[in-house]
Parts: sequence; C-alpha cells; structure tokens
Amino acid sequence: MENLNGYLIISAILFSIGTIGVLTRKNAIVIFMCVEMMLNAVNLTFVALSRHLGNLDGQVFVFFVMTVAAAEAAVGLALMIAFYNNKESIDVDDINLMKW
Amino acid sequence: MFDYVWLIPFFPLVGFLINGFFGKKIKNEAVIGAIGTLAIFSSFIVSCLILVEMIGLSPEKRVFEKVVFPWIHSGNFKADMAFLLDPLSCIMIMVVTGVGSLIHLYSIGYMHGEEGFYRFFAYLNLFCMSMLLLVLGSNMLVMFIGWEGVGLCSYLLIGYYFHKKSAGDAAKKAFVMNRVGDFGFLIGLFTLYWWLGSNHNIWTINFTEIKAASHLLPYGGVVTVATLCFFVGATGKSAQIPLFTWLPDAMEGPTPVSALIHAATMVTAGVYMIGRMSFVFIKSPETMMVVACVGAATAIFAATIGTAQNDIKRVLAYSTVSQLGFMFLAMGVGAFTAGIFHLMTHAFFKACLFLGSGSVIHAMHYALHKGHLHDDAQDMRNMGGLKKAMPITFLTFFVSTIAIAGIPGFSGFFSKDEILWMAFANPLHGNLNILLWGTGAIAACFTAFYMFRLVFMTFFGECRINSKVKDHLHESPLVITIPLMVLGFLAVFGGYIGMPKLLGMLPNYFEHWLEPVFELAGEYGATYAHHGAHPSHAVEWALMGGSVVIALIGIAIAFTMYVQNTALPKKFTDTFPTLHRAVYNKWYIDELYDYAFVNPCKALGQFLWKGFDVLVIDGIVNGVAGVVMGCSGVFRYMQSGLIHNYAWSMAFGVVVMLGYYVFK
Repeated sequence: MENLNGYLIISAILFSIGTIGVLTRKNAIVIFMCVEMMLNAVNLTFVALSRHLGNLDGQVFVFFVMTVAAAEAAVGLALMIAFYNNKESIDVDDINLMKW
Repeated sequence: MFDYVWLIPFFPLVGFLINGFFGKKIKNEAVIGAIGTLAIFSSFIVSCLILVEMIGLSPEKRVFEKVVFPWIHSGNFKADMAFLLDPLSCIMIMVVTGVGSLIHLYSIGYMHGEEGFYRFFAYLNLFCMSMLLLVLGSNMLVMFIGWEGVGLCSYLLIGYYFHKKSAGDAAKKAFVMNRVGDFGFLIGLFTLYWWLGSNHNIWTINFTEIKAASHLLPYGGVVTVATLCFFVGATGKSAQIPLFTWLPDAMEGPTPVSALIHAATMVTAGVYMIGRMSFVFIKSPETMMVVACVGAATAIFAATIGTAQNDIKRVLAYSTVSQLGFMFLAMGVGAFTAGIFHLMTHAFFKACLFLGSGSVIHAMHYALHKGHLHDDAQDMRNMGGLKKAMPITFLTFFVSTIAIAGIPGFSGFFSKDEILWMAFANPLHGNLNILLWGTGAIAACFTAFYMFRLVFMTFFGECRINSKVKDHLHESPLVITIPLMVLGFLAVFGGYIGMPKLLGMLPNYFEHWLEPVFELAGEYGATYAHHGAHPSHAVEWALMGGSVVIALIGIAIAFTMYVQNTALPKKFTDTFPTLHRAVYNKWYIDELYDYAFVNPCKALGQFLWKGFDVLVIDGIVNGVAGVVMGCSGVFRYMQSGLIHNYAWSMAFGVVVMLGYYVFK
C-alpha cells in the first residue's frame, strides 16, 4: 500500500478541522457535525491501516464506530430539539446550568 | 435419675421461654403464675428424686458428672456443658428449687395486678435457670455462665419498676459492682488454668480434675493470687466489703426478688464458689485469713448499720450482708460445712423474713391506698401493732427472727453457733482467732438487737399508721401465707439436721453428708495448722452459753428501747447525734465511694468526652472535612458549565499526554 501516508495525512487534517471546530464554534449542530468529522477521520485511519496491515479487525471496529455515531446522532439531535424548545437557542454557551 | 440432672435447669428455661415470648398474649395471671411456679416446682421434684437416690449411695460414690453436650474443644482447652452432682450441689439445688418454688407461689399473690406480671415470672424463671447452672456446672465456665446470668437477672429484677429513677440507678449500681467482681473471677480462672497448664501440663477448668490435681498446687504464692481474685468475685456477688453497697439499694426491686435473689440464693453464690473450690482456697493461708477477716468485718459493719435504718426492707438487707459475712467467716476459718449449713438455714429464715416483710408492706400499701394516703408503706415508723391484724405473718416472722437471733432450738442457733465455735477453735489463724470470734459474737449481739427492734417496731406496741385506715389492715391471702408457713417451719426445724456433736441428741447428718466434699480441704489445712491444745468441751459449752447470753442481751436492749421505754431511742440519738447520723447514713460509705471512685470516673468520662472526644477525635474528623471543603471551594470554579471550557481542557490534556509519550 504505497500511499498510506496520504490517507493518514488526510485523516489528520480532517481530525484537526473537527477538533478546531469543536473548540471554537458555538452552534451545537456545528459542534456535533465536527465531532462526527473527528469520528470519521479516525474511521479512515482504521480502514487504511487495516488494509495496510492485512488485518480485518480495523474494518470491524469501523462498523462499531459508525453504529455508535448513528445512535449518537439520534440522541444528540433529540437533545438539541428539546433544548431549543426550552431556550429558543442552540448556542452551547446557553447550556450552562450545570456548574459549581 | 442422675442422668436426668439436665432437667433441673431445663424446666425453668422452658418456663422462661413460654412466659417471655407468649406471656404478653396469655394475659391471664393465673396461667402465667402457674407456668412459672410449675416450672421451678418440677425442678424441685427432680432435685428431690436425685437427693433420695444420692442418699441411697455410699458416701464415696456420691459424685456424678453428666456431660450434656461437648461445648468448646480447642487444642488443650476443653469445656463441656456438663453438670456435677455431689453432696454440695445437691444441697444447693434443693435450696434453690425449694425456696424458689415457694417464692414463685408467693409472687402470684404479691405481684397480683402489677403491670408486666408475665415479665416478672419470665425473669424469675430465667434467674432460677442461671442459678441452677451456677451450682450444677462441672467446670468453671458453666459456673461462670450461671454467675453472669444471675447478675443479669438481678439487674433486670432490681430495675423491674424501671420508670422509677431510683430503681434504675440501683439496678445499674448492682450490675456495675458485680462486673468488678466478675473481673476478679475471670482473672482467677485464667491464673489457675494457666499455672496448672504451663507447669504440669494439666489444662483443665473442670472442678473434679482440678481437685485431682490440687496436690500439685503450692501453698501460697500463685494460689494466693488466684484465690484472692476469686474472692474479689465472691465479694461482688455476695455483697462483702468492699463491694457490698449495691445490696441495700437492690431493695428497690419487688419483695419476692429481694427474698429469692438478694437473700436466699444469688448472694450466697460467692460462699458456694469458695465451698466448691475449698481444696484450692485452703492451699493459701493468706487468702483464708483475708476471707475470714473480711467476713467478720462485714458481719459487724453491716450489723451496726442495720440498727439505725427505718425502712423494713433495708434492715433486712443489711442483715443479709451481715449474715453473709458470717458465712465467709466460716469459709475463712476452714469450717466449710458450717458455712454451707448457715447458707441453708439463712435461706430459710431470711426468705421467710423477707416474704413476711413483703406481706406487711402489701397490707400497709393496701390500707394506705384505701385511705388515699401517701405515707411510706415500708417505713417502720408508720407501722406498729400489726400483730393483731396479721397473726400468721407475725408468727412466721417472729420464729424466723428468733432463728436469726440465735436462740437455742431454732435453726439459726445451730449454724451460727457452729461458725462462732469454729472461729474460736480453728487451728488455722492462731492468735487471730480470739479477734474473729469476738467480732462475730458482737455482730451476733447486734443481729439480735436490730432484728428484735424490727419486730417490736412493726408488730408490737401502738399502731402508728394513720388511724383512718387502721381497719383496712388485714392478713394476706393464702397464696402468700402458705409459703410463709412452710418457710417458718423450716426456719425452726431446718437446723436439726446439723446439730452440733456437743448437744449429741441427733447425729450431725449435715456434716456427714458434706464430709466427702471437704475432706481434701481438711487434709490440706492440717498441714499448716497450729498444733495447740484443743479447747475442751467445757470451753465449747461456755462459748455456746456465751453466744446465747449475747443474743439475749441484744433482745433485752431492743425490748427496753422499743417496748418498755419508747422514749429511749430518741434520748439516745439526742445524746450521740454524730454517731446516730453516721450510722443512719451507713457510715457514709456511699459518699466515700462517690468521692473516691464514682466522681473521678465521672470526671475522667467528662474529660474524655469534652477534652478528648470533642477536641481530638471530632477535631480530626472535622479538620479533614474542613480541608476538603476549603480546597473544593477554590477548585469548584473549574466547573464553569461551559462546554468549551471542558473541551479545551480535554484537548489540552490530550496534547500534554501525547507530548509526554512522544518526547519522553
């Protein structure tokens, strides 16, 4: 697998973008999407390395990650709707009751 | 029949369980009383059968051990739940079950209508079971269970009227003082066990085995230590100096309890224990001397206090302490038979006296209640002239008083005279004998005085109870007077089984009966006895006459002061106010103990509470909590509630950890 490095670099870039998005953006949906992007960056690494090493374990792991991500999407979006119904906002800075 | 010895403590146990668990539901006093009385009466029947069988055996065969079940077997240590039947325990079970049955019967009448009737009978049965374990136990551990059990029951029954503060206090006092004694008992047990085990590889707490090995014990030395510890236990249980102050306070309990536990049976446990281990005690001349001296001192000390008390039960309580002193005097001079004999006769006449006083109190209480008066029903100054109203009670009380005073022909004379004679003639204590005898004789004089003072104040002279309620005084019901009559009969004739040889009308059955038990002790005692001239029969006759004269003098003084010239006591107290105050206040012993032991203990407790617990322990606990709270007061602001902060700190943490692994 000659261009493993390419996959890893792309994956790193995607992960970084996701991280920066999570850290900087305020819109909960955007943050959520950035988290998804980080997960998929990891998935990409799993698949690439799985193929490179000739071991299918990585591929299996990706299925689990995708399943969890799907469940997370369902729960996360539901939470956001509930939150929006209460506060007319999905800005994460407004989610600040759990402190001190 | 010997194989069924376990039935003796078993019946009261069953009675206790039935009344304890179901008594509240049964409610019917007759049924509860019948269960309790039948339980102990069944034991009495079994005891009688055993006694008859034992009389049929030849003297050397009269030892039987019944292992009910193996109890603790661990390495060298072996303790079975086992019962020992020999002439000594036979006498004790007869006294406990016999007197116990009568007092149970009496209680049905006396406790009628009391709240917690079932509780009373349950405790009484439990007491009988413990006492029977104590006297039947074939090793020290079984004895110790009984020893503790009777202490517990004593506590429960003294505090029977637990809503009264004085009763609760008295119960606690009795329990704590007994604990002090029990501590001594345990130390003694350990010492004996350890010494025999480590020096002769005889690891045993079994009485028979210790008796067999007793020739290995040295005279004095470690035996003195062990026996003195045992004696401390005995002083606690049997109310001797210095642990006697709980017994007069124990009169807070119902009167049948005072009769059964605090006169006839439990308080004699210490005497019994010394008798049971006579072959160990006699090996220490020092301990024997201590026992004799403490006994004599208690006898006279308590007797003096008894002369000035006005509460009818308190007089009897001090009398009990004094009589127990006589028993210990007998034990201490090696006259074990005489001590046990006095234990038995004392059980008869003192139980009769207590039950009689209960009958009087019962009548007084009823009369005062009818007149809606709140006079003290136990104060002799409110009594007088009860002879006419209560003829049966008077008669039984009177013969018992004659018995305790030591008038010839009555049971107390035989036993007390035997003790005084042995105190004078025993070969163990040399020159001390005169002192022991003199103290005992003076105590006997006091005994006659205060007992007749009690009788004269209660039954003779003018009736001093409020005249409005005079007509309400009446004799107690049969259920009360029957036990009185039986005990009165025994108080008169119980002594004839142990007539002194000197009088020679009947053989001294009692002494022959106990001979096999105390034979060995006699042999040990003889090895260090003084070989002086044996006092002649003339001396014995003279002493016997002397003790009768002494008793008569006491009675005469009481007669002069409380019948002939009733102004005399008043004159006497006015002439010697300090003396009277001191005696009336029991020589301020309670105050002395408060000052010397109770208050320092309280102060120590106060210090440990306020000083140690509050400052140190609570300080450490609260300090730790305070530090944690202070830190968290600062750190809690890290929890801002803002997702970004958490995300940043997480990212930062990940970077740091990665950095560490990459660059390490």
